Order: sequence, then structure tokens, then C-alpha cells
Amino acid sequence: MSEPMLSFENVHTFYGKIEALKGVSLTVNRGEIVTLIGANGAGKTTLLMTLCGSPRAASGTIRFEGEDITQRETHLIMQGGIAVSPEGRRVFPGLSVLENLQMGGFFSDAERIEEDLERVFTLFPRLRERSAQRAGTMSGGEQQMLAIGRALMSRPRLLLLDEPSLGLAPLIIAQIFQIVQEIRDEGVTVFLVEQNAHRALALADRGYVIENGRIVMSDTGSALLANADIRKAYLGG
Amino acid sequence: MNDLLPVLAQQVINGLSLGSIYALIAIGYTMVYGIIGMINFAHGEIYMIGAYVGVVTITALGAASGAMPLALVLSGALIIAVVVTAAYGWTVERVAYRPLRGSPRLVPLISAIGMSIFLQNYVQLGQGARDISVPPLLPGNLFEIDVEGFPVSLSLTRALIIFATLALMIALTLYISRSRMGRACRACSQDMGMANLLGIDTNRVISFTFVVGAILAAVGGVLIGLSIGKINPFIGFVAGIKAFTAAVLGGIGSIPGAMLGGVLLGLTETFASAFLPTEYKDVVAFGLLVLILLFRPTGLLGTPDVEKV
Repeated sequence: MSEPMLSFENVHTFYGKIEALKGVSLTVNRGEIVTLIGANGAGKTTLLMTLCGSPRAASGTIRFEGEDITQRETHLIMQGGIAVSPEGRRVFPGLSVLENLQMGGFFSDAERIEEDLERVFTLFPRLRERSAQRAGTMSGGEQQMLAIGRALMSRPRLLLLDEPSLGLAPLIIAQIFQIVQEIRDEGVTVFLVEQNAHRALALADRGYVIENGRIVMSDTGSALLANADIRKAYLGG
Repeated sequence: MNDLLPVLAQQVINGLSLGSIYALIAIGYTMVYGIIGMINFAHGEIYMIGAYVGVVTITALGAASGAMPLALVLSGALIIAVVVTAAYGWTVERVAYRPLRGSPRLVPLISAIGMSIFLQNYVQLGQGARDISVPPLLPGNLFEIDVEGFPVSLSLTRALIIFATLALMIALTLYISRSRMGRACRACSQDMGMANLLGIDTNRVISFTFVVGAILAAVGGVLIGLSIGKINPFIGFVAGIKAFTAAVLGGIGSIPGAMLGGVLLGLTETFASAFLPTEYKDVVAFGLLVLILLFRPTGLLGTPDVEKV
């Protein structure tokens, strides 16, 4: 088997003196949807942000497409084919929807921005209707769509999603997971962090379970979904 | 009664030109605050350096060829002052603030005060602590009209101040609202970390705001030198405090607010000194500040910090 697209090897991350990641290793292969599930405070977001270089890993190695990016600066990591829809969505509230998307494609020329806007508007027709609206005035679901759309504007090869379902109505969640599937079908690799373990595992090819800063289990999505311990801990019996 | 109208008209002209200078400096305070949440107390000194570079250039150009066209001397002085002052603004951020990024808010503030004292003394050492006079480049009036027996005039220098400020404000507003870099500035002021996660080198955006602030302050410095006819190394202190006040008055972080606050403060001051003993002008100006902040704590055009979901 060829080299994975993304790999963590024994990565440790600290917030001050608190060790948030205690030696994490995982891999994501090209074309996969891989999910990371775990309880609040288990280290899901920390893992994702460590990949983005903020905070920087204290030790261990993170490789993306064969290159060691562990000590690279955040903006250089994000220019290299990775994009994120972060925890809390973090759309720029005072910028219009269109401007938010343009920020996502900051390094593209005008022609490429047009193409990418068209692609995002096709995935999320709602964003086209709202393109002149200030992002801060939109609903949570719309902001989530915008955060994903903004991430896609840089044509990432690896898309990171941090709890895209948080606080959204079931119907919207279903819609967003459907779109994540479509994004993967277009050839983008997806790394999905979720508390909504049921949906995430149903969608993902493979999954990792994180507890207290350590990966405690990994398997295919369907195997984890069927696992008795997982069902008990994360899927409500 | 019949002498009130010309006095009012004249004070509006004076107030607008003073307010324009405040507005030019206030933009630097407000942009830097908007983006990194710190008050750059060395900004008044940047303005003072702009004034000095302007005078030195005017003197040098004038001495080199007495017959150099006026427009050339003036635009040469403005361009050189802008370039040199922008370099100072950039360097101040690089040397005094960037190494302190991520430290508690008080730390860069102290560093800013230190930078302010340093620059003041640095110019004193190089240029002396006394007033130096600025060659009168633009004597005369754009117009002088007679209103009911009293003259109302707009000097060429004041006209230049008002129109140059107006043009710069329009250009800046368009640039910030339309350009790619302007969009990045606004994005960074709303969520710097997120801009970074989009691949943007936020340090470059921060440097950019310092450079823009310094450019506008330099124009203000050159023009005030021409208007008053003399400058000294201490002009940055009072002007800086006034411009900072203007920025707070308009709503710190807001560019239109800084423009409005500057003009309002300039008008208030000139009117106060026209109708009250001159010593009261600062009392009235700062009284206005207190009054407005009591009723609008975020300033006239400021918005409370946008809730981050």
C-alpha cells in the first residue's frame, strides 16, 4: 500500500502545562473519509488544530503528502493543500457571504475564484441566494455551509471538518453530511471530527476513537458502529 | 449679530483643516487597534517624523535649485516623507511589537510608550530640540471674501489640507472595502486566527496597517508644518493624544469613525477657542469626549465586539 496522505506519529501537544495529546498516531489515506470521535475535552479539536500548527506539536511527527509539516507555520501549512472548517464555524461575521468565500480563495486569481464560487454555489445553493448578506446574520446551518464553502475555495486536497453538526437541526445535519459525501466523491479527502458519532461512523470509511488525549480504538466505520463498547459509550446504548 | 456669520464661516474652515489633521493621524490609531487591539502610543511620533522628513526635503529641494517648480517641491516632499515615514512605521512594529505578540496586553503598551520616548529623543539628537521653521511654500489665499464687512479666507495651505485629506479618506475607504488586501484587513480585525487558518500571513497584514497609518500621518505631518510654519520634536505628543481622542470619539477600530471623530474634534476645538478663552478649548474637547462616551461607550460609529459564535 502506498504512503498515507496524512500521518501522525506519536504526537504530543500541550496547552500550557496540560498535555492535551499524549502520543497520538493515525493515518488518513487519499480519497478516504476518516472520522475522529470522542467525548467533549478528549482532544479532538486539539488534534485537528495541531495538524494546522496552532498549537504546534511538542514532539512527534506530522506528515502531509510525504512532507514533515510538524514545525511549519500555520499559514504555510494552510497554503499547502489543507483547509479547515473549524470548531464554531468562525465565519467572518461582518463580511458578506461572498467576501467570506473570497477570503477562502485568497491566493487564487480572479478567474479561478469565479470557477470555485460556481462550484461552492452549486453545492450550497443557499449561499448564492445569500451572497450579499453579512455572514453574522445567518442561521447556524447557513454559517456551517459557508464555513465549508470557504474551506473549499482554496481547492484543498485534504478537508478538515470540526463538528459540522454541532447545534444544528437534524434535517440540516443530514444535508451537510450528504454534501460531505459529495465533496469526497469529487476527490477531496475528508478528516471529520465529530461528537455525533452515529452519523460520522455511518459516513466514514474508517474511524478513530480518542479518549483523554489518546487514540483508544480504530477500525472501519461500520465495525466501530457495530462495536458494543462504542455503542455504549458514544451511541447511547 | 451681523459679525457672527463671518466668524462662524471662518471657524468652520479652521476647524475642518485642524480636524483633517486629527483624522489623518487617528486612522493609524484606529486601524492598528482594530487589528491587534493595542494602542500604538508611538504613532504621534511617527507623525512628527513625517513632519521632519517633509521639512528636510523641502529645504534640500529648495536649496538645490531655487527655481524648482513649487508643485514639484511639494509633491517631492510628500512622496519622500511618505516613503521614509512608512519605513519607520513598519520598523516600529517589527522591533517593538512583533516580538511581544502573544504577551499580556500591558506589555506592548509599555513598549509603545518606550518607543515614543525613544523616537522623540532620537529626533531631538538629530535635529535639535528647538523649533525649526518650515519654508512657506504656499503663501496666500485660495479665496478671501467679504462677508458683511468682515473677511473670510481660505488659505492655500488649509485648502490643501482639507482636499488632500478628503482625497485620501475616499481612496482609503475604497481600498479597504474593495481590494483583496482591504478585505484581509477586515477579516483579520474580526478573527485573526481564522484568517491565519485560511493561509494568510497575518504578520504581513499587521505590518500593512502600520504602514498605512504611517503614510497618512506623514501627509498630516508635512501639511501641518506648512500650515503652522514651524515644528519641533514634541508636536507628536499633543497631536497624538488629540488624534487618539478623535479615534475613541468616533469609535476605536472604525475607520469612518476616526474620520468623523477627527473632524468633530477639530471643529469643537476651534469653536471653543473662538467663543471662549483659548485655554478652554481642550476642556471643551475632552468634555465632549466624556459626554459622548457616557451615552455611547463604543463611540459614535463603533460597534460592540461582534459576538463570536
